[in-house]
Amino acid sequence: MSNIPADLQYTGSHEWIRIEGEQATVGITDFAQAQLGDVVYVELPEVGASFDSGANFGVIESVKAASDLYLPVAGEIIEVNSNLDQNPDLVNSDPYGDGWLVKIRVAQGIGALMSAEAYSKLIAESDH
Amino acid sequence: MSETLKRTPLYDRHVALGARMVPFGGWDMPVQYSGIIDEHNAVRKAAGLFDISHMGEFEVRGPDALAFLQHVVTSDVSQIGEGQASYALLCHPNGGIIDDLFIYRQPDGYMIVANASNIEKDFAWLLEQVVGFDVALTNISDQTAMLALQGPLSESILARATDTNVIDLPFHGITTGTLFGSIPAQIARTGYAGEDGFELFVANEHIEQVWDSLLALGKDDGLKPCGLGARDSLRFEACLALYGHEIADDINPYEAKLGWVVKLNKGPFIGSEALKQIKEAGVTRKLVGFEMVGRGIARGEYEIHNTAGERVGYVTTGMPSPTLGKNLGLGYVPLELTKEGSEFDVIVRGKPVRARVVKTPFYQPRYKK
Repeated sequence: MSNIPADLQYTGSHEWIRIEGEQATVGITDFAQAQLGDVVYVELPEVGASFDSGANFGVIESVKAASDLYLPVAGEIIEVNSNLDQNPDLVNSDPYGDGWLVKIRVAQGIGALMSAEAYSKLIAESDH
Repeated sequence: MSETLKRTPLYDRHVALGARMVPFGGWDMPVQYSGIIDEHNAVRKAAGLFDISHMGEFEVRGPDALAFLQHVVTSDVSQIGEGQASYALLCHPNGGIIDDLFIYRQPDGYMIVANASNIEKDFAWLLEQVVGFDVALTNISDQTAMLALQGPLSESILARATDTNVIDLPFHGITTGTLFGSIPAQIARTGYAGEDGFELFVANEHIEQVWDSLLALGKDDGLKPCGLGARDSLRFEACLALYGHEIADDINPYEAKLGWVVKLNKGPFIGSEALKQIKEAGVTRKLVGFEMVGRGIARGEYEIHNTAGERVGYVTTGMPSPTLGKNLGLGYVPLELTKEGSEFDVIVRGKPVRARVVKTPFYQPRYKK
């Protein structure tokens, strides 16, 4: 079964976000990495770029396909995980830890996010 | 998930093994178990077992079986010896490819293996052409399960599963035998991975036993269950065509670099007039293999632009090659861009990424011949 940490918030497009004051860290969920399979390339934005909530901020590629990444809340990119350049498989092995994608400065107004409980219901439904 | 997806007799086994199931050609199929790269490497280094029961099988029987096949396919079926098999193409009268097939010569006729997504189309087409031939055409797809055991250790694994002499079974040979003492099977030295390997045809009711027993028998050799993801990456490295990608109804064999499957001198067949003209006039586009020079991964249907920025072609398949560690692709480009070393751009999410034509196949198949 998928690991879904209770202290994070989630999106319907399978990203997670950890909000700490004005800053937040974003990644993809354990369910998402398992669905993608072996991650071979992660394309992330430049530091300083700003995105709206739900905007496409990057791409994650597995052997089989390319998938878009969507930012859970509006914000400005303050750091990208440069380790993923050489070790994209960190997204598979540690999606909530070393496989994080970007850190952002959260803009005003956080939109609708899902709790761990709501997200586990969502993937239980999409699984079958 | 759609209720209309078909399941192979091994569906429960795939779910129990933790496979990720995806729709493919109307079937609910395993795309991966342990992971595409892990399964891919198992086949290159040891062996992999694939459930390919979704593939179509047709029997061609009767006095005109050979004449009928000569009429509908591009290859010379008269050259298939007893106990042998051969690659063939089914073409439209205009030369476009309906499907690619394997034709197996059996003691009492022929068996055709067709792509899962084309079973109905191919069978309907063959039925239309059969008028005037004394032939019985039977679609046995629903009763027939099919496994592919592929990889350098597949011969030694299979030799322990059967009394049939599989070691001396030649490349593209087929024989009737039994597996695990009593299960009737047709055993062919064919495959789609660019490695030595076998394809096994077994009645549905026995396939779970064969699947379980083979996996147990090959476990210590590194045999792994493999899904359609690895099947695709393996055939891609060996540059074996996949219907809907490198070949399609609007692509002719000469464009697809499959001219070697078209035997114009065997006498007239469906498409032979058009193919003769295409061959004489020459094609304007051709399939090439390329390596990404810039950073990016080509994917099927991405546009190809020349270095002047004009759209000139498209990608048919692209991915990071697990064996070669490079981002590779196959695609159609105009003749002037087919020479090794030619450069063009693949449009990756709106941005041109440089690519260079390389030799094919990317991975030289290691068949036992």
